[in-house]
Amino acid sequence: MTTDTLPDNRLSLSEATAGESLGRDAWRRLKQNKAAMVSLVLLVVIAVTCLIGPYLLPWGLAEVDWNAFSVAPGLDSGHFLGTDANGRDLLTRTLYGGRVSLSVALVATLVSLVIGVLYGAISGYVGGRLDNLMMRFVDIMYSLPFMFLVILLMVVFGRNIFLIYAAIGAVEWLDMARIVRGQTLALKQREFIEAAHALGVRDRKIVTRHLIPNAIGPVIVYVTLTVPKVILLESFLSFLGLGVQEPLTSWGVLISEGTDMMQSAPWLLLVPSLFLATTLFCLNFLGDGLRDALDPKTR
Amino acid sequence: MSDTLLEIDNLTVDFQLPTGTVSAVKHVSFSLQPGETLALVGESGSGKSVSSTAAMRLLPELARTSGAIRFKGEDLLRATPRRMRHIRGNAISMIFQEPMTSLNPLHRIGRQVAEVLEKHRGLKGRQARAKVVELLEQVGIPDPARRIDSYPHELSGGQRQRVMIAMALACEPELLIADEPTTALDVTVQAQILALLKDLQARYGMAILFITHDLGIVRHFADRVCVMRRGELIESGPTAEIFDTPRDDYTRMLIDADPRGRKAPVDPSMPVLFEAKNLQVRFTLKKRLFRASEHFEAVRGIDLTIRRGQTVGIVGESGSGKSTLGRALLRLLDSRGEIRFDGQDIAALDTAGMRPLRSRLQVVFQDPFGSLSPRMTVGEVISEGLRVHQPALDRRQREARVIEALEDVALDPAMRNRYPHEFSGGQRQRIAIARALVLKPEFLLLDEPTSALDRSVQVTVIDLLRDLQQKHGLTYLFISHDLSVVRALADTVLVMKAGQIVEQGATEEIFANPREHYTRELMRAAFVDAA
Repeated sequence: MTTDTLPDNRLSLSEATAGESLGRDAWRRLKQNKAAMVSLVLLVVIAVTCLIGPYLLPWGLAEVDWNAFSVAPGLDSGHFLGTDANGRDLLTRTLYGGRVSLSVALVATLVSLVIGVLYGAISGYVGGRLDNLMMRFVDIMYSLPFMFLVILLMVVFGRNIFLIYAAIGAVEWLDMARIVRGQTLALKQREFIEAAHALGVRDRKIVTRHLIPNAIGPVIVYVTLTVPKVILLESFLSFLGLGVQEPLTSWGVLISEGTDMMQSAPWLLLVPSLFLATTLFCLNFLGDGLRDALDPKTR
Repeated sequence: MSDTLLEIDNLTVDFQLPTGTVSAVKHVSFSLQPGETLALVGESGSGKSVSSTAAMRLLPELARTSGAIRFKGEDLLRATPRRMRHIRGNAISMIFQEPMTSLNPLHRIGRQVAEVLEKHRGLKGRQARAKVVELLEQVGIPDPARRIDSYPHELSGGQRQRVMIAMALACEPELLIADEPTTALDVTVQAQILALLKDLQARYGMAILFITHDLGIVRHFADRVCVMRRGELIESGPTAEIFDTPRDDYTRMLIDADPRGRKAPVDPSMPVLFEAKNLQVRFTLKKRLFRASEHFEAVRGIDLTIRRGQTVGIVGESGSGKSTLGRALLRLLDSRGEIRFDGQDIAALDTAGMRPLRSRLQVVFQDPFGSLSPRMTVGEVISEGLRVHQPALDRRQREARVIEALEDVALDPAMRNRYPHEFSGGQRQRIAIARALVLKPEFLLLDEPTSALDRSVQVTVIDLLRDLQQKHGLTYLFISHDLSVVRALADTVLVMKAGQIVEQGATEEIFANPREHYTRELMRAAFVDAA
């Protein structure tokens, strides 16, 4: 259908020379997407606030204000977003919690992205016996109960926040590897891969330059699903006493504590929920924007 | 005009896309009498399929139609969905291009044919089954009583198309819309299917609206022809008249679209560039642990000699092993036997050993939509080989080579920063050729490079290939199922069937007096004799 609707071959040179590679082109297209850009800015603001906010606030993470137990949000008490039943400043705790939640999300997602994409692409591309071996290893990892893995790590290394990163990261890449492998198997049949072979392109380059960029759509969608999953997984672990421990906290922990006080002090639930929801919302918009931006077919 | 079966009156179809409105069909009118065959001819994007799908009211939601489509006086554009369901498959039925995907792979074919009978005739159980067997027999499925329980994947492409026809004919429609029913089939099968349609038309007295891009088929098949271009009807009339005295330039071009010209012969004393002896390729179908594995012999012992500057054409139908042979020669597939390139034995070289040779041996594939990575700009696609083989070049030098290659294939070099999807099929094929040429190869494997293109585009690509061969002294191995294309390009022709060469010789000789029955069959089916 495109044959006749295409414009004439001649283009103005300025339009033609704009954009050299997929990366730069993608950035240009992303900038045109308002929702994605607003989300990106908001995410940066949330991250920076979590990072430096606690230093600017007068209250400490575990500091108890003996004059203010369960104070509602307001300006008079000096606790802008109120305090919990123990008289601790909620804004301070939410920002500290954000550090934990965001860093868990970041690390676990990065691990799943790097290991999962490479593992899946290599497994699918090489195929045959190696593929079989690699995927059976994934199956074995899948079949290990997650809790068992976490408890095992606790027993060996003692209680440590980095263990959560390691445990969640170790599990999350499995799905990613399977998704990318499936994509790779389909892409491998395409003629442009064969053309690359005929050009003598090395296997490593075929994987990085031809396979992975073309599998990026489902990968990004999956990443935007992984982040909330990881944040909730962390709060689940903390709830069971396997994750972060008092006085340190995370969004998930704050929300689960807030649920208990929903009737008497609703802000304890609302404030951390609002932070979490905003973050996830922005991530979804940003993910959508990235997926479209990385696809040259969307203009 | 009370006996007119189908009348399309001033039909306009617009697609409302986010980027604006695209008119696919503009003020088209034609009519069809009972029992008549009307061919709707045009290249891709001409709106021929859209007009016929409009008659079935099967257009996507985005489409806006105006005008009228009258079937026996009833305006189908204003019929209720319920009424349309009654008409479809009953009074009007349709067969599609792709027999591989138009049957549901999860149901037995008998069940799929019976579905229509159940819906429109209320036949059930044994009655329906008996009728299906009868239908399958009519469309020439061997042993229909047993085949009725086959799944689609157990049938060949031609047989599947026959099942589709059986389905379409189940309720003895008055109008059959055939949308490129033979395009995906081999030429010999194509001829059989056309004969079948003709035969069934005589039996049932139905009218056929035959949609195709191939005027060659139409000449022997249709009573009248409508030629469409860019959504407009540019010429219509009785078949003989259109062929003998075409009024429009475009029609004339379509009729003449068979590639012309012959290749200048090559001095037979030129050195041998490529040589294969007893080349064999086999694929493992099933691995068995303790017994011998099952194999499929795709290429069974082929000897081949290609001299410098020559073009060797390989013709054969799908499954004959011609593409496999080409890939094996370039060592893209594992094979047994001897392969010599420029005197060097390359059969035993590993990937690293082959790499230096890759720049001298290049390939252009069939599918211009699949052979370019959608996420690389045209410039990146073309320069990739340079990065591998001439890493010493800096960016500017690479750019200069890309521009040179694009100019070679007659594309504007300013397009190098755009992505493949922005180009048409013919332009993409030029990009694929530029990617091969930028390395300045000596040998080019052309694997059906024109098969996915419109006839008029095909001609320009063939001219381009011939010019490039002359300019750069290239040697071609040209694989095709299309005899007229091979005739225009090749010095010698090999005819392949089931992994073996059944006939070979100089092009003119083979075309003038084919010795083998199979070759004659191929030629007769391809209508080469009509030229």
